Amino acid sequence: MSTTKSAIAGIGQTEFSKDSGRSELQLAVEAVHAALQDAGLRPADVDGMVTFVQDTNDEVAICRSIGIPELRWTSRTPFGGAGASATVQLAAAAVDSGMAECVVVYRAFNERSGRRFGQPVVGGPRPAAAIPPSMSWYLPFGLDTPAKFYALWYQRYLHQYGVTNEDLGRYVVIARQYAATNPNAWFYQRPITIDDHQASRWIAEPVLRKLDCCQESDGGVALVITSRERARDLAQPPVWIHAASESHLAAGDTMFNYFHPDIAGFPEAESLGQHLWKATGLSPSDIGVALLYENFSPVVFLMLEAFGFCGRGEAKDFIASGEISPGGSLPTNTHGGLLGEAYIHGVNNFLEGVRQLRGTAPNQVAGVEHVLVSAGRSAAILTAG
Amino acid sequence: MASPSSVIAPGIDRGTAWFWEGVAAHRLLLQRCASCGTLRGQALPMCASCQSLEWDTQEASGRGTVHTWLVSQHPSDPGEGRIVALIDLEEGLRIVSNIVDAEPSDVAIGAPVELTFRTYGDVTLHQFVLAGS
Repeated sequence: MSTTKSAIAGIGQTEFSKDSGRSELQLAVEAVHAALQDAGLRPADVDGMVTFVQDTNDEVAICRSIGIPELRWTSRTPFGGAGASATVQLAAAAVDSGMAECVVVYRAFNERSGRRFGQPVVGGPRPAAAIPPSMSWYLPFGLDTPAKFYALWYQRYLHQYGVTNEDLGRYVVIARQYAATNPNAWFYQRPITIDDHQASRWIAEPVLRKLDCCQESDGGVALVITSRERARDLAQPPVWIHAASESHLAAGDTMFNYFHPDIAGFPEAESLGQHLWKATGLSPSDIGVALLYENFSPVVFLMLEAFGFCGRGEAKDFIASGEISPGGSLPTNTHGGLLGEAYIHGVNNFLEGVRQLRGTAPNQVAGVEHVLVSAGRSAAILTAG
Repeated sequence: MASPSSVIAPGIDRGTAWFWEGVAAHRLLLQRCASCGTLRGQALPMCASCQSLEWDTQEASGRGTVHTWLVSQHPSDPGEGRIVALIDLEEGLRIVSNIVDAEPSDVAIGAPVELTFRTYGDVTLHQFVLAGS
């Protein structure tokens, strides 16, 4: 039932920047090494690795560089950032089954100074010679950037529930408020006002302005995952991977779902929510902090509703009334999110979840017992201990 | 809004050639299961309803409504300013396309649209106009 017996025993990262000045492999190696040090483990203790299909860093190259002698488990998740939480699920599956004892999850890239995700899938003013047939239902019509792919979906949500771009801006102001007090965030000490948001230029009119879009970032992050039992003997208080699941519905496509009957919601996240609440016996009111992968601001609204933190169409009022702000009932993206902290493909959300449960987050929420880390098509519930 | 002089050409393989050949001939073809008659989008090999591999096509009526839309504004897009729309076809399938000969202020979710075809450079695409325009 998607519950696990594994824990996150260590976290590590590089600084988050716009130009790291070093290779993606070096970012990965630094992050993995930092996570092992955090856990109090040696390179030779690692026998598994998990990352994204999209990651450019070869598992064995990381081993050679750090001094990990041999891997007995590797796996990679497809679906881009939607699979961010699936990395943890894959690692926990390996540990729970006995296929590996200590699995490192890593994600490292120069996503601002190198290949920028915000740029068109096939670039330049000239037509591409050939594009994948599966993308040909979209690209020739002008859907060539993530902002456009996703805005087409979000627009239906905005329309159905009367949500305005200014409503979206109220989330962005909160994310930047959290980032402003997180020294780890790119936008540390740089909060914005709703007027700043409304003055930023349209990226996908009439849905997304520039400040609705996540950052492009350089950086690396890593997690060390082992059994709960072993984690109790290591350097840090363990964070239990209470439950984890993916949801990929047949109506969807690689990154988005245009074809589900009801796209004024987030069908995959709704399914994840129902599954995880049932698996754990928890309910939305048990969650102390929510970390919701926001490539663009509207997805926070969609996920708050999909997981049942508020009703359909109620997220704008939930956010406006301060529920996800500091001191609210559900502090959300307390590190500043992918808009405010950095875009490390959503895996940095797990680092924040671990910090919140260890009690070491810059914007620490008091008394957190359970954290939801959702990437929309994959999600995990983390629990202290 | 301005028409693009060229667009990204679709990539075509053995599974999708029939669709783009239809578009080039100004016909929007829908894939139909030869066994149970269920229509399906995006050129798939098997019928999800009855698992038959046999299929034929049906020409779309060309009538539909706007399910959602946006203005495509990225400066690298040769069709900058194009209106991109997700169209609910009368037959029950949804398809991505553009709305041409219209301004964003004319477009609304639920608006009825009609099929047309346009050629940009050497690429022909199925496009839609607002019904009655």
